[in-house]
Amino acid sequence: MAESKNESKKIAIAMSGGVDSSTVAAMLKAEGYDLIGLTLQLWNQRRLAGKEGMPEQVQGRCCSIDDVYDARHVAEELGIPYYVVNQQDRFERDVVRPFVSEYLAGRTPIPCSLCNNHLKFDQLLLTARQIGADQIATGHYARNEYDPERDRWILKRPADTAKDQTYFLFGLTQEQLSRTLFPLGDYSKPRVREIAKEAGLSLAAKPDSQEICFVPGGDYKRFLEAYLEEQGETVPDSSGDLVTASGEVIGQHEGIHHFTVGQRKGLGVSSPTPLYVLQIDPASHNVVVGPETDLATETMRVRQLNWISIPALTGDMRVRVKIRHRFEPAWATITPSGADEVLVAFEEPARAVTPGQAAVFYSEDEVVGGGWIV
Amino acid sequence: MAMNRVYMDANATTPLLPEVLAAMRPWFEEKFGNPSSIHFNGQQARSAVDHARESVAGMLSCRPAEVVFTSGGTEGDNLALFGILRAGGVLQPGDHLITSSVEHDAVLHAAQHLRDHGIEVTFLPVSSDGVVDPGDVRRALSAKTKLISVMMANNETGVLQPVSEIGKIAQEADVYFHTDAVQAAAKIPLDVKAIGCDLLTLSGHKIHAPLGTGALYVRRGTQIEPLFFGGLHERHRRAGTENLPGIVGLGKAADLAVAALEAGIPAKIAALRDRLEARILENVDEAGVNGGGAPRVCNTSSMWFDHVEGEALVIALDLKGLAVSGGSACQSGATEPSHVMLAMGLSEERARSCVRFSLLKSTTDDDVEFAASLVPGTVARLRDLSPVYAKNVAVSADGGESHGRK
Repeated sequence: MAESKNESKKIAIAMSGGVDSSTVAAMLKAEGYDLIGLTLQLWNQRRLAGKEGMPEQVQGRCCSIDDVYDARHVAEELGIPYYVVNQQDRFERDVVRPFVSEYLAGRTPIPCSLCNNHLKFDQLLLTARQIGADQIATGHYARNEYDPERDRWILKRPADTAKDQTYFLFGLTQEQLSRTLFPLGDYSKPRVREIAKEAGLSLAAKPDSQEICFVPGGDYKRFLEAYLEEQGETVPDSSGDLVTASGEVIGQHEGIHHFTVGQRKGLGVSSPTPLYVLQIDPASHNVVVGPETDLATETMRVRQLNWISIPALTGDMRVRVKIRHRFEPAWATITPSGADEVLVAFEEPARAVTPGQAAVFYSEDEVVGGGWIV
Repeated sequence: MAMNRVYMDANATTPLLPEVLAAMRPWFEEKFGNPSSIHFNGQQARSAVDHARESVAGMLSCRPAEVVFTSGGTEGDNLALFGILRAGGVLQPGDHLITSSVEHDAVLHAAQHLRDHGIEVTFLPVSSDGVVDPGDVRRALSAKTKLISVMMANNETGVLQPVSEIGKIAQEADVYFHTDAVQAAAKIPLDVKAIGCDLLTLSGHKIHAPLGTGALYVRRGTQIEPLFFGGLHERHRRAGTENLPGIVGLGKAADLAVAALEAGIPAKIAALRDRLEARILENVDEAGVNGGGAPRVCNTSSMWFDHVEGEALVIALDLKGLAVSGGSACQSGATEPSHVMLAMGLSEERARSCVRFSLLKSTTDDDVEFAASLVPGTVARLRDLSPVYAKNVAVSADGGESHGRK
């Protein structure tokens, strides 16, 4: 690629301090782009450190001082300007608070999608444009192409399907997609580590992060309690009964936020056959349990929709649906069923449809759109 | 690609002057010594420290023995507050400290810590221009008041506090008075007797001396408890082998600062700062100067730009070659908007829109021209892309109220 052509294009890179976004920076630098490195400071890991059940010393995860250090170090290695953008207020308002409220309401939230919608592709893109960049590049595993025939930007699954992150990106608008680059879409994760090594990045062997960035150790119940304590609030009493589908009370529980649909462990009742959480009723505090076969659902409703490969859903459409990040997409027909709502009819009943999670619709490797399971 | 770069963040730090480096250089190369040693090397080092102490005393119009060398402004402020309130070894719960709500974090957080450990603390309010009312100081006094600490010039706005009046009140009440003069030094003449203070903090790197140097003036007869325990350095007030090259650099910087004040440099910088403000306000609507109605030090201008994130403006200007700050450099990364701006009554939104320009004594006409030509277009780009601003413009188009840019 001609350097002179790329030099005039200014791209901001969302740098998390991890291997993926660092490799993106190295790749684009090698292609001659004029780059700006940005890290969103979203959460202060020290805020809840040492509270009941929370680790005293938090090890580096997203937004830790270590990650900012790593990102700054990569920017220095590559010789690109680098800034930390503080968005802690907004992150707390748009991601952490809803995360807490969703659990307290008996649903199972995905903060990563909220963060992508509200922070990474909204605030960060805005800041990037304000400081003179036309586009942002991120280390997500996804592909993004403009299709002149449909006059739309199309989000596609990446070459490395094991790393596919399109599930978390269904909320991107056409405007956001038109200004976003996913340079890792054509690469496998092992190849990305090789590129990082070839580029001489000192963090090429840094382990991947898996857990939710602001919940150290992944214990969301401890997080809820510590966060509410910090806010001077208490976890509302949502204790209630464990009931069967026919309404028989078989035990008690200490609060609906301890449960997620499909959960088997920690129910506190013994039964000849394994029991699973089938449904959580935030009004009565009943947690409905039953055998695994009853977890299967034939239909579900999805709201707060965003369409990507189509302008809107006008009739039935046969798609494959993902209802969790790690989930083999299932065949279904989607039908408009109200304002900003679709009905999803699975061809084979789907296991553990979980309110609060996203449903993302695929056609071949394209993301058709998605929304939130109600 | 070499970019023209202009530095307007003198309140964060200043470059080492060549004369200061020249004075320090022998102490890194041919000369060395521990000032406490009896032998030739020690004596040579001792006399260098003494000369530097005389220079700093000259800058403050005090006795050399009243100067305690420190590692910088934060140490000086902490030594003053803890030194007075812990005199005799322990805090006396119920003792009273009066300070202002616009102090630097080095005083503010020390005061909050003292409050958490039983000291009564009054944080005085300020006017919309950021000025403490001496009447408020008088009214806050009680029989338990032990120390008043009010800064001389604010680091974010440059606003000068009526320290001489406060000094008089302190003397009448027989209460210790400390002033943080970190941002006033080298910008206005300092005379500890005219101020009427018992303690005064200086920082080296704000006056072209090296980082990690500073001094605390402690009036003769004032008992302070040290922060560090060790040798008998600095008349028992600050243990630790002296930072010899740094102290020599601070002494030289103090001499140069006095010379620059006598040469009328502040008036020249003030003229440049005023022109910068005027040029920006001519070309940017919905903007203003924080503390513009109060007396200020010559080099500082804090400006608000509605519908702009100060943080983004700082980055955008940096990418175009202009180094400014969003407020106090010590607070970047903080979630809360500046406590100084909030104390002056700015809304959170406006407080987040502030940018500080702080000029060096080497700032030129061309530098001001560069900044004045860069800011309006950069602010306009930020506003054009701001969803909040777009909404405001749309509302005003219907409502008739003028809201657009020129």
